[in-house]
Amino acid sequence: MEEQLKQTCLHDLHVRAGARMSPFAGYDMPIQYSGIIDEHNAVRNHAGVFDVSHMGEIFISGGDAEKFVNHIFTNDVRDLAPGKILYGMLLYEDGGTVDDLLVYREAEPQHYLLVVNASNIAKDFDWIVKQAEGWDVRVDNQSDSWGQIAVQGPEAEQTVRDVLGFAGAGALKFYEFCDQKAEDGSRVILSRTGYTGEDGFEIYASPANIRRYWEALMSAGVKPCGLGCRDTLRFEAGLPLYGDELGPEISPVMAGLSMFCKLDKPEFIGRDALVAQKAAGPARKIVGIELQDNAVPRAGYPVELEDGTEVGKVTTGYHSISLDKSLCFALVDSAHAALGTPLNIRIRKRVFPGTVVKKRFYQTNYKK
Amino acid sequence: MSKIVDGLLYSESHEWVKVDGNVAIVGVSDYAQAELGDITYVDMPDVDDEVKAGDDFGAVESVKTSSEIVAPVSGKIIACNTELEDRPELINEDAYAAWIVKIEMSDSSELDSLLNASAYTKLVG
Repeated sequence: MEEQLKQTCLHDLHVRAGARMSPFAGYDMPIQYSGIIDEHNAVRNHAGVFDVSHMGEIFISGGDAEKFVNHIFTNDVRDLAPGKILYGMLLYEDGGTVDDLLVYREAEPQHYLLVVNASNIAKDFDWIVKQAEGWDVRVDNQSDSWGQIAVQGPEAEQTVRDVLGFAGAGALKFYEFCDQKAEDGSRVILSRTGYTGEDGFEIYASPANIRRYWEALMSAGVKPCGLGCRDTLRFEAGLPLYGDELGPEISPVMAGLSMFCKLDKPEFIGRDALVAQKAAGPARKIVGIELQDNAVPRAGYPVELEDGTEVGKVTTGYHSISLDKSLCFALVDSAHAALGTPLNIRIRKRVFPGTVVKKRFYQTNYKK
Repeated sequence: MSKIVDGLLYSESHEWVKVDGNVAIVGVSDYAQAELGDITYVDMPDVDDEVKAGDDFGAVESVKTSSEIVAPVSGKIIACNTELEDRPELINEDAYAAWIVKIEMSDSSELDSLLNASAYTKLVG
């Protein structure tokens, strides 16, 4: 049974432009325009624009908003200044991950914006509403009212300023945002964030304004990019994808994302489980593996020791476009997760030797 | 519309075969390369490997996915196109020039079960 796929506010423009479309997170999304390698290199060397309107926007406000967000979020929003953004997770009590997300501290006191994964919008919203019982907060899922594009790459700032006319772009540092006004007076959120390992901006606006921005960027010759290269880019930058490197069975401690979990906070949902995992050491960890050969490790392929014992599975793998070598993330038994450990990957009928390396394969270029 | 060349034989799994005496020259079709996108690696068998019709003996890998190469006929691998080791993108550029392996056929009657250009056109059309 195929569920009806949703469409973003840019869907007809993608189809008309000849993008290759494919289902992702319940949406019919562009996977590639000119080709994954071409788009990937455009983002690394110049700039590219992505339709990420499928992402979810959940607003939380009310007298208890700060306390409540800190209760459900692994990172610490207590000292988060207006205009600043934090990355972190929502967790189950057992430390499993509900979602990973960005939290925006709005200018108005006790107002936050949570930007969540498209595949998890309904689940997150229901979960947050359930946790909110007894708290003085309003939880407002505005995902359908907002479109979102990401302009990414070393020329992103210039593009956003010159093509879209957002004068405030240059003043923002990475993980900061500001409000801009659209021509029709509606709110635009300009955020210096992204999922590519490059400098860049994510722009939230009404669907009508997002269409105008997209068309302006196309007219200016900015390269349209699909989700295919979004994945190759985030992978090289060592960034996790929910469902692959994070999930109900993969805690942030297992994923190597403890720095986004403030265990010194008095409490948050899942904290005790993480404290216990850290103390005992997690049973399994997400590692990076570099292969000696050019064969491509794909999600689900077994990770083995020299004697053929399986110790894990690949979660994401590519022949890296920017680094020209075969790399993967894998979830492996912690006993075999140390840097430098030799691990083999079984690809079809053959076994290819590899080594555990740092997950940030590519040197990121953020504007700190 | 993907390109289909007259005079070649095709498998339902999108390999093409050019018959040269008792040797089958095998590649993947233009339709297959277009579906795969940017090809980054070709996993080839070793020369002298015996292959059986219908068995996969290698793979064509693109950025996003991989497709196994299925032997259209049985026989012995007598050559692999080593040029593809460094330049797998040749398959994207011209799928019918970029042959992958040559198979010395053990039973050329297996060719009868392959599709001609018009039958293959119907399959991918």
